[in-house]
Amino acid sequence: MYRYDNYDQTLVDERVAQFRGQVARRIAGELTEDEFKPLRLMNGLYLQLHAYMLRVAIPYGTLSSQQLRKLAHIARRYDKGYGHFTTRQNIQFNWVSLEETPDILAELASVEMHAIQTSGNCIRNVTADHFAGVAGDEIEDPRIYCEIIRQWSTFHPEFSFLPRKFKIAVTGSPHDRAAVKVHDIGLRMHRNESGEAGFEVLVGGGQGRTPVIAKTIRPFLPKRHLLSYLEAILRIYNQLGRRDNLYKSRIKILVDSVGVDRFTQLVEEEWQQIRDGYLELPAAEIERIRGYFAPPAYRALDGKVPDHEAQLRRDFRFARWTRTNVTPHKRPGYSVVTLSLKPVGGVPGDATDAQMDAVADLADRYSFGEIRVTHEQNLVLADVETSALYALWQRLHELGLATPNVGLASDIIACPGLDYCALANARSIPVSQRISRQLGDLTRLLDIGELKIKISGCINACGHHHVGHIGILGVDKKGEEFYQVTLGGSADENASIGDIVGPAFSADAVVGAVETVIDTYLTVREDGERFLDTYRRVGLAPFKEKLYAAH
Amino acid sequence: MALQVVTANRLRDGRVVFLADGEHWVEAIGRSQVAEGETAAAALNAIADRAVAARKVVGPYLIEVIRNGDRLTPKRYREVIRALGPSSHPELGRPETVTAAAQE
Amino acid sequence: MPLIRKTGAVDDPWATLEDEAALPAGGAVVVSLARWQANRDALLARPGPLGIFLRSDQPPSLIAADLERFDLVALDFPKFTNGRAYSSARLLRERFGYRGEVRAVGNVLRDQLQLMLRCGFDSFEIPETADVATWLSAFRDFSLAYQPAADARTPVAALRHRPALARRVDHEEDDAAPARRSDDAAVEASVVCAGYWAY
Repeated sequence: MYRYDNYDQTLVDERVAQFRGQVARRIAGELTEDEFKPLRLMNGLYLQLHAYMLRVAIPYGTLSSQQLRKLAHIARRYDKGYGHFTTRQNIQFNWVSLEETPDILAELASVEMHAIQTSGNCIRNVTADHFAGVAGDEIEDPRIYCEIIRQWSTFHPEFSFLPRKFKIAVTGSPHDRAAVKVHDIGLRMHRNESGEAGFEVLVGGGQGRTPVIAKTIRPFLPKRHLLSYLEAILRIYNQLGRRDNLYKSRIKILVDSVGVDRFTQLVEEEWQQIRDGYLELPAAEIERIRGYFAPPAYRALDGKVPDHEAQLRRDFRFARWTRTNVTPHKRPGYSVVTLSLKPVGGVPGDATDAQMDAVADLADRYSFGEIRVTHEQNLVLADVETSALYALWQRLHELGLATPNVGLASDIIACPGLDYCALANARSIPVSQRISRQLGDLTRLLDIGELKIKISGCINACGHHHVGHIGILGVDKKGEEFYQVTLGGSADENASIGDIVGPAFSADAVVGAVETVIDTYLTVREDGERFLDTYRRVGLAPFKEKLYAAH
Repeated sequence: MALQVVTANRLRDGRVVFLADGEHWVEAIGRSQVAEGETAAAALNAIADRAVAARKVVGPYLIEVIRNGDRLTPKRYREVIRALGPSSHPELGRPETVTAAAQE
Repeated sequence: MPLIRKTGAVDDPWATLEDEAALPAGGAVVVSLARWQANRDALLARPGPLGIFLRSDQPPSLIAADLERFDLVALDFPKFTNGRAYSSARLLRERFGYRGEVRAVGNVLRDQLQLMLRCGFDSFEIPETADVATWLSAFRDFSLAYQPAADARTPVAALRHRPALARRVDHEEDDAAPARRSDDAAVEASVVCAGYWAY
């Protein structure tokens, strides 16, 4: 993974000093809250319902064991012993104080971490595919380009006061595990007819109030033009994005209002002026960054692992776990392990400091000291020897990190919701907990198969409900929590926004509604169909009918 | 007549606080100074504004409460969560803070 | 309002001419775009430096053809959250080769000064109540920059490939890079770098 050199470290240290000064000026009254708020947001510090919340950046979801230990320490020392992994591969601490935040940032800086630009109207954490570097279908490791974009976008003087937040995602494989189609800019690596690898550039995707699937503005962009092209897009957005209406200021609104053709033309015209200039990426630089993401010291192993096969036969709980939580690795004899942060009835995406420390140790022991964070709020150990899976599983099971539900209905994505968030209209965590308990039976879960349930506590859609196979949106109806259900959303390369089934359900009724949806699917599905396949075949009608039959 | 109290977040640590007597801010809602009617509410707001200027709190606002014996609980559920803690982490909750006798 | 440059507080010889006010015989005046478009000949005929004020919704392309006429371009930040003028300043410098004074006016915050400087601003209108020393220190908040902008600061990427440059960083001025006229752009691109790694 990327390692800071003196320059990276200096910038992060100077940022800590700058923020320390800003906090001091705020407390001394030299800055009003209105003036201070954008400054603290650009350091990821929110004022939420209970306390300040700090969103720490985990660039493209990759952590070293040392960094994870530091996060555990911060949870212990400055918070209430836990952290929350988010849908943008970051981590949030819910109980920090303003006064201590400069110290937290200094501690983060000591392990090459920060909270820079994790909020505010600037370019945010560039997210990637959580199987980067190990997936068989990958063309190149997307994290190379995420790191290049990260540096270009950090403290970018022209783009620090954009009309609104700006999110970029990169997938290094044709199969999109990074949800690029619902980002402001999505970059999908693929090969042109000559076999050259480059990017499809998509713009204007997003969720929130007006969910939109991104449009392709350039089918193929050679790698060397990556930064100049991004600069052109951002410049057009900075100049033309709306500043008068908070709800109309994302780039998706701009693309929609001028039309994708005109928008593309504006970008291309600007790009013609700046391409082949000082932002051109030399091949040598790409290779230099690629060096940081070189494969670890894999051993030459056999693809067949008899001990593992035997263990599968001997222990059905282990076998069950490998079915859902273990994915093939491109190297023979290795496996990719997902650690489920979705225990039955638990808070999705939360990890205690003890769990974080333990996972750091497991990473050192089994996975070259590296951990990934997925945008579905789970963790990944990406390079585990298949022969070690049983021992690892036993340990994970002790830690409560081996729930065999990855990709299944109880692998729920949920934002913190009204329990934590000042923006929320309704709670999301308790709904997730109740659904998870209701669907607790693992045999049934496996029978249901792949089903992504995503819950957001408000229209900002941090739970990504629009792209859930079943999406749940919390709303406030006359002071009471109600939940609107959507069906058929998807965040992969065949991205779609879910369809609203009908009137919202009360907090009491929503779990039953989810059950009804699942039962309907089980009744009408054909052989081998996942929920999403069935939905795309039969449409909304059968579900709507069953859900509202009594009315 | 609606009963109201003023709530805010403490500047330095962001914790939820309520305006009690003597311009003190406390974490226990049970100790809030209760305003009945517009005039009393406006008086509380004035105190709150001074506290903002003095950098004690940020974002103060009035909330409606229900009095039940010696207990004060917010009317809106969002404010219940703020006063008592996240429902998802009951071990972090502070249900005892609704009483007038609550510790600060 | 007090005016500062990176080097310190400076006097302001410029006067804003309201749209309805009569043209003074001499002196340095700043006019709105509307006034410039309506009174161009009269404004050019009078002695004394001419400046122009652009609102955030008025892109610099509107005055690109006339830039030689202006000794000052004032770019407005109607609210500090409105960052359009950062792009405008860069375009003035890098696209249109403007060499005069680019001034930040409006809602300018201390912590934005270095960003503005990097985009090509060289003077800044600050609030009456501002403590000048505190504000000036903002220009030194960061000693490095990852990406190239309108200033002459060598970006980190270039420093990595040419360590000899690193010794110059401490002494380097962040004054605006020699303004490039658009017809020099092609020459500039090949001379300055094949990428910002050969700055």
